[in-house]
Amino acid sequence: MSMVFIAVTALVFLSLIFGAILGFAAVRFRVEGNPIAEQINAILPQTQCGQCGYPGCKPYAEAIAAGDKINKCPPGGESTIQALAELLDVEPEPLDAVEGEKIEVVAFIREAECIGCTKCIQACPVDAILGAARQMHTVIASECTGCDLCVEPCPVDCIDMLPVASSLQDWKWDLPLPPGSIIATDREQAK
Amino acid sequence: MSTWLIHPLRGGIHPPDCKTLSNQQPIQRAPLPKQLIVPLLQHIGHITQPVVKVGDYVYKGQLLADSTAPLSAPVHAPSSGTISFIGPQPYPHVSGEMLDAIVIDTDGLDAWCELRPTADFTKLAIPDLLDKIRQAGISGLGGAGFPTSNKLSPRADQPISTLIINGAECEPYITADDVLMRERATELILGIDILAHILQPKNVLIAIEDNKPEAISAMQQAAQARDYHVVKIPTIYPSGGERQLIQILTGQEVRAGQIPAQQGIVCQNIGTVLAVHDAVINGKPLISRITTLTGQALQTPMNVECLIGTPVHELLAFAGLQNEHLSRLVAGGPMMGFTLIDTAAPVIKTSNCFLAATAQELPPPPPTMPCIRCGDCAEVCPANLLPQQLHFYALGNDHEQLEAHNLFDCIECGACAYVCPSSIPLVQYYRAAKADMREQEQKQVKAEHAKERFEFRQERLRLEEERKEAARKERAERLARSKAKQAKKAEQNKSDGNSDSAAAQEEIKRLKIASSMAQVALRKAQKQFDEHGTDELKAQVTQLSAAAEEAKQALHKATSKAEATVPPKQGVTDDELKRLKITASMARVALTKAQKQLEAHGTDELKAQVEQLSKAADEAKQALDKANEKATVSAPQQSSANEVKRLKIAASMARVALTKAQKQLEAHGTDELKAQVEQLSKAADEAKQALTAATARQAADPKPTEKPAKPEPSAAEQALKKAKIEAAMKRAALRKAERAQADASSITALQAELAEAEQHLAKLNQSETADV
Repeated sequence: MSMVFIAVTALVFLSLIFGAILGFAAVRFRVEGNPIAEQINAILPQTQCGQCGYPGCKPYAEAIAAGDKINKCPPGGESTIQALAELLDVEPEPLDAVEGEKIEVVAFIREAECIGCTKCIQACPVDAILGAARQMHTVIASECTGCDLCVEPCPVDCIDMLPVASSLQDWKWDLPLPPGSIIATDREQAK
Repeated sequence: MSTWLIHPLRGGIHPPDCKTLSNQQPIQRAPLPKQLIVPLLQHIGHITQPVVKVGDYVYKGQLLADSTAPLSAPVHAPSSGTISFIGPQPYPHVSGEMLDAIVIDTDGLDAWCELRPTADFTKLAIPDLLDKIRQAGISGLGGAGFPTSNKLSPRADQPISTLIINGAECEPYITADDVLMRERATELILGIDILAHILQPKNVLIAIEDNKPEAISAMQQAAQARDYHVVKIPTIYPSGGERQLIQILTGQEVRAGQIPAQQGIVCQNIGTVLAVHDAVINGKPLISRITTLTGQALQTPMNVECLIGTPVHELLAFAGLQNEHLSRLVAGGPMMGFTLIDTAAPVIKTSNCFLAATAQELPPPPPTMPCIRCGDCAEVCPANLLPQQLHFYALGNDHEQLEAHNLFDCIECGACAYVCPSSIPLVQYYRAAKADMREQEQKQVKAEHAKERFEFRQERLRLEEERKEAARKERAERLARSKAKQAKKAEQNKSDGNSDSAAAQEEIKRLKIASSMAQVALRKAQKQFDEHGTDELKAQVTQLSAAAEEAKQALHKATSKAEATVPPKQGVTDDELKRLKITASMARVALTKAQKQLEAHGTDELKAQVEQLSKAADEAKQALDKANEKATVSAPQQSSANEVKRLKIAASMARVALTKAQKQLEAHGTDELKAQVEQLSKAADEAKQALTAATARQAADPKPTEKPAKPEPSAAEQALKKAKIEAAMKRAALRKAERAQADASSITALQAELAEAEQHLAKLNQSETADV
């Protein structure tokens, strides 16, 4: 009888100790928010364009963490999908967008036509448009993420999305053709 | 002068050097070209901005463009002439893309601008020397083009122990530094003096490969009086790479991601030393350089001293280019150079060689085969990397592994590709992978930046909203407080606190609003009708006018009822007198206006209107007089005075409506408008009659004994309100439908609904009046 009593007492004692440790750890090492959502957010391109259907990159990151699809980000394109697939260990899917992957663009205000309504300024998610009421507006190109949220509110349609001009400084080499993909006799024609 | 211990390079290759092709004759001076193309970017760093404009005449050596960015080098006019163009011009770049440049049409005079030579550079302060070097636009002439003044100003906590002068010139074919050392050793030593004076190193090493004995002896002779080591290093490619040369001479490896200055070493190219000499001693900016023109396709391969901006094809023509033999024109050496697409591109500060190669010299590479993992590439790699691993990771786009395998330590020397038995263009893989990784990194930085800005904006909007919300709350509280105060006052005023009369008054207010809304709607409808004139609109107008009339009647009734129910107050207040006065004066104003109009136009209608108005004004005056009397005579007649006032207001409103309608009638003169005017005048008459009746009653019965207020059936009231709202909504829907140009059937349906709602409303109104 006493054996049973000792065993029960020991177990109760142990469970109390571990319960206390666990309880302390739960309070002390509590993680705010979803850490996975943070990691996903770091991969997303932060254009805040809302083309995924969520108001910004962070909400989409949270949605992915909650189980949404990873292929809804046109500005990120294939590389973002790959990175997300790797992070979440899921199958990469083709991009879910009508126009496919987008080239990098930047907003440009035709300043002669701007009427200074400030609507685009209010729409810009990253404060990249400079101007004031009844003053001409302009886009700070280096801050623009190319989300095109400013195009729709413009009452006079004076905002263009221009492809980012490539310059010598950001010119880059292409990967060569993989070995064996071209034979000597085809070389002349390929040139 | 002691011998310096060298540490042999690990790896490296021995390609045929072919240097005798071009180093057999002295440096030639290239002819002055007709046009000089001076690109705005000839160094690593920020592009410069032009300080001259098209049409300006510039002297040789005059500043053309500069930048305020710390990492930049200004450019100068290589010869005198007129600036004919500033804009995109061919540029010696692997992409073949254009770059902004300043084009000078030379005038052949070659007239120098004013120069400021320095006789004794040791008298100049070091910052002044550095500034002179920067102002002369000197950037590394070895190939990379790093601005020299930046390289010569290391941080204070990094004392320079070793200055290395790089005369290795390890790449095949190139002999520019070789002939320079042979011919201008004295100037070079003077240039080294300047560098040593700036940096104050313990050791100065002049490294020359042992395949240039003439250069070595010339330099040794020139450096005799000085404590400089002329070090003969074994010929091996790529011993001339900065990190490789440092390793050979000092045994130290420059750690990944560091610059040599962090280990107390500065490396300068021979060509740069000459430019420093010219800049400091002669005051001449960097406007020319020694360039090797070589290759079997040239009749006379040689080294030329050419102006920066000279188009390459002119130089090649000077060296006797045989176009039929040319298979590939390479800018730079055969190992690290690139194929120059456009020969109109100019010589820039970093152009050390142009190789016009025949097909035998530089045969097209054989087809690429798969990697057989022979490991030759790893053996020759001077940076101790694993080229084949890097190749596979580059193929698989595995950036993490590339980073882990130190891709960024690759100097792209091409030794691995040179020995590869499968002819894999390894360097191109590394270049592409590096560019890709840099791009990714930039994107990451940009994304981070955008995220920061987005979050900042969100926070700002949130704060703004909070502030607004707080202000709104405060306003609401203030309103509530003032309302409470008013209620308290009202409570005090009404000693017996008749809530029924208050309710009745509110009801009247509502009715007034409804009536005025109905009138507004009527007016709008009429305007539309005037513009479009469809039958539907006509029907609508009549309906609306009926509704307006009803609303008015309801208002009248409610007012009179309120008069009946409101208990007599304690006399005519001053407020009321004031109001009566305002009404009277308004009536007078209206009258005078109408009279003026009458004088101007003189129609019968206007006459009638004037008469009416004068009558109204008289009445208003009478009412005012009476009120005055009453105020003085009898106090408890306030209620009837109130009624009179209200009636007067109603009457004046009716008159206003009438005048407006009349004006419209004058303007358009349609039958409908006439009918409306008649209706309105009738209404005005009614209002007037009511007013006169009230006035008469007031006069006849100075002490009206009204029955106590009968509480209104609140259910009926609510029903009435509901019905009104419904009617108004129906009307709005109808108007919307009309505006949207919905089909006729839906409009008629809506009209029918509206009519029904209005009938319902009228019925309710009647029942209410019956109740009263």
